[in-house]
Amino acid sequence: MSELHPSMDVDERAPAIEVRDLHKSFGDNEVLTGIDFHVDHGQVVCVIGPSGSGKSTLLRCVNRLEEPTSGQILVEGIDITDPDTELDLVRTRIGMVFQQFNLFPHMTVLRNLTIAQQRAKGRKRGEAEQIARENLAKVGLGDKEAAYPAHLSGGQQQRVAIARALSMNPDMMLFDEPTSALDPELVGDVLDVMRKLANEGMTMMVVTHEMGFAREVGDNLVFMDGGVIVEEGDPVEVLTNPQHKRTQSFLSKVL
Amino acid sequence: MTRSARTRLMTLSLYAVFLALVVIFVLLADWDAIRRNFFLTEGFTGNWQDMIFVGAKNTILYTIISFIGGFVLAVVLVLMKLAPIAPFRWVATGYIELFRGLPALVVILFMGFGVPIAFGWRPPGGTVGAGLVALMLVAGAYMAETLRAGIEAVPKGQTEAARSLGMNARWTMASIVMPQALRIVVPPLTNELVILLKDTSLLFVIGLAANQKELTTLARDFMSSGPSAGTATSLAFAALLYLAITLPLTRLVAWMESKQKRSR
Repeated sequence: MSELHPSMDVDERAPAIEVRDLHKSFGDNEVLTGIDFHVDHGQVVCVIGPSGSGKSTLLRCVNRLEEPTSGQILVEGIDITDPDTELDLVRTRIGMVFQQFNLFPHMTVLRNLTIAQQRAKGRKRGEAEQIARENLAKVGLGDKEAAYPAHLSGGQQQRVAIARALSMNPDMMLFDEPTSALDPELVGDVLDVMRKLANEGMTMMVVTHEMGFAREVGDNLVFMDGGVIVEEGDPVEVLTNPQHKRTQSFLSKVL
Repeated sequence: MTRSARTRLMTLSLYAVFLALVVIFVLLADWDAIRRNFFLTEGFTGNWQDMIFVGAKNTILYTIISFIGGFVLAVVLVLMKLAPIAPFRWVATGYIELFRGLPALVVILFMGFGVPIAFGWRPPGGTVGAGLVALMLVAGAYMAETLRAGIEAVPKGQTEAARSLGMNARWTMASIVMPQALRIVVPPLTNELVILLKDTSLLFVIGLAANQKELTTLARDFMSSGPSAGTATSLAFAALLYLAITLPLTRLVAWMESKQKRSR
């Protein structure tokens, strides 16, 4: 895998994601003020916190949709903040799911799942379609491959988005508030798919407001506020017995 | 009087005023003079072949050529404008501002007379060629702005989704952003097609050979020659032909826009 970076191979022992002293500013507004944390292989880490706490920005820095101001982000040991890193190749190994789904509206569901396989991974159409169909079946939408996104419910669209990310065979998945734009009755289906993924051992970093999911599925819970990690640890522990005042006051509002 | 009765009376009187104005116009107008000056039958029966198969044909041909040329130019300009290299952006911006700021007529005169004299170079195709190049240059600037607006109307999340899947910037533009942007700009581009069609009449100023004449030039000829000489019949004829092309197009735009609004 040395094509990812001229001087570095994927290090199997390195954490899936490692963030070192990450700072991010938008103009004068410092959104992240020194973040250190990591996600191990096969781990599910949930990130919670009030809006504006920087949790989405942190997630978006991990595949460099946001350019970090300073600090280091290592994905499987590869420094993605290094300008010599083949970012597009690294990104094929990191699946991302957005709050607003961001399906391609001018393409069928199947095409949504195959386009990047062909364009970014160089897979042949037949192979890409086969992989796409497997992943559609996995999220319970095997019968929707010919539909356009506009004809699907929000929950279905989000499951297609998950299937699209999975079709790249990523090593890890990033979820940016995947259920926040959904009607309450549709949240369950999406969380079921995510639970299934976690049980299969997928490495996941999930920014979420779903405390139930964090408690039940998460291996680690990170509470962020004001651009720093205030508290992290075992989800049940953090949720039932928060140590920090800010964590306590946040949880008292959302639980 | 009740409120609804008052409203009804008001509506009724507005209708009455309108009707009165129409009646006055019909009674006062000199219908014979109008017919003789604008709708002389011989002007239609005698000139229709030239008007349609030379004039209208050339007008449509020139519109299509300059639209296609302008569109290609616009794509290049908009890619330059979105390029990460600053000088490319400056050139594109400068070009767009220059050609949107100049009257099309001035650009046509420049290409037709100024450039050949100053640089000793003639655009291919003689005078018509020069005129068409001028129309392309102007249309390209307008269409570039339209395209840019269309590209910017594609939500940022589309680019982010494509990039997060590992697609590079070029593929993202080609298979995700551009197809959606083009769909957005079809109505405004059709509007520009209509404007371009009308602007071909400006080629009138650069002197066209007999078989190159577009509608306006030809109509102008037929004001002083042929069966309706001395009247404006040929102009009215040209006007009707322009409308026969532009009205369906503008209706089409209105229909597409209402359809887009509904699907949103």
